[in-house]
Amino acid sequence: MEYLIDENRPIFVQIAERIENDIIAGELPEEAQVPSTNQFASFYQINPATAGKGVNLLVDQGMLYKKRGLGMYVAPGARAKLLEKRREQFFEQYVMTMLREAEKLGITTEQVIEMVHRRVNVP
Amino acid sequence: MNRVVEVSNLSKSFGRVVAVNQVSFSIEAGKIYGLLGRNGAGKTTIMRLITAQLFPTSGEVKVFGAHPYENSRVLSQICAVSDRQKYPNGYRVLDVLEQAAFFFPQWDQEYAFALVEAFRLPLSRLMKALSRGMLSAAGVIVGLASRAPLTIFDEPYLGLDAVARSIFYDRLLEDYAEHPRTVILSTHLIDEISRLLEHILVIDQGRLVLDEDAEALRGRAFTVVGPAARVDTFTAGKELLARSPLGGQVAATIMGNRNMEDRKQAEALGLSLAPVSLQQLLVHLTSEQSARKAVEVR
Repeated sequence: MEYLIDENRPIFVQIAERIENDIIAGELPEEAQVPSTNQFASFYQINPATAGKGVNLLVDQGMLYKKRGLGMYVAPGARAKLLEKRREQFFEQYVMTMLREAEKLGITTEQVIEMVHRRVNVP
Repeated sequence: MNRVVEVSNLSKSFGRVVAVNQVSFSIEAGKIYGLLGRNGAGKTTIMRLITAQLFPTSGEVKVFGAHPYENSRVLSQICAVSDRQKYPNGYRVLDVLEQAAFFFPQWDQEYAFALVEAFRLPLSRLMKALSRGMLSAAGVIVGLASRAPLTIFDEPYLGLDAVARSIFYDRLLEDYAEHPRTVILSTHLIDEISRLLEHILVIDQGRLVLDEDAEALRGRAFTVVGPAARVDTFTAGKELLARSPLGGQVAATIMGNRNMEDRKQAEALGLSLAPVSLQQLLVHLTSEQSARKAVEVR
């Protein structure tokens, strides 16, 4: 599974992102159990402490919570909170990146808007 | 934090050659460490000092809080495997496993046999008749099945093929999760094992040049690419690790976290930023051309 991990970024951040994506996609619904640190470690062939750091990041943000002796679970309301967070990031991560690239290529903002409309109008 | 190994101002000379030069670090319990460096950097000498196979010229080594020399309480808790291991004449694979079972208090014979099967090692074959890969596998099996509180693998995977290396990484992580212990992996091949490590020590020319959490190191350096003049404007006042020109373009590698300020400055100058892998970072830190050597990374 090594190809799933990008060696250039902190791995614990990537583990947290994977869990977030699964929560957003509904694959990990609220109150569902999250795989254990050791399961993550053996699946991605990474150090268990690194996997644990990724899980704890989401615990600190209130997305996951610990049931003593059982493991980690998705907190109620986690999906709504994540959606809100990702929507805030959407502007900088996607819109601004796209506009900067458009500027480099000599595409005006109006042309970009026109392209978006064109895509939206395709059935 | 419980310290398994404490090394202070450790030096070792062989004649006029200084193999280890004023090295200090500590190893905490229950973590997987990487001892990284180029060939001849001094990794093996440090391992042999920790395992009491060599006496230091100066400085001190403490393992489990005591001096390791002729200390059977300490030595029975250490398992160090290396491809250079010599075995008595007439020893078969089975004899090596039986010796290990006798020597290591936490030895798990059933687990050892399961590993023998996983690595397809012929139990009745003479050690001296084993291929390089099988010899490496035998070492890896002893290291894993010993479950020693301090287990050291000194480049054990050099002889292993890709399949066997992958089995080794899987089994190491699996068994480490079930039976936490301190592991040191010594190697110059960083790419394959970097994700297994929690902490990284880098040795270069006998000196310790890096002692850092593995995750903190990822994303610690970045490369900026663009026209020479603008790259030089960007790198002014920053810690430059390497600079390589290509035509009018320059790629410069810098220590830093690619923070918002850097991103904005790079964007204003029309430069692109790219992350630097752990392997690349270590190449920069330990190559002769490095603009900066043996300096604190923080």
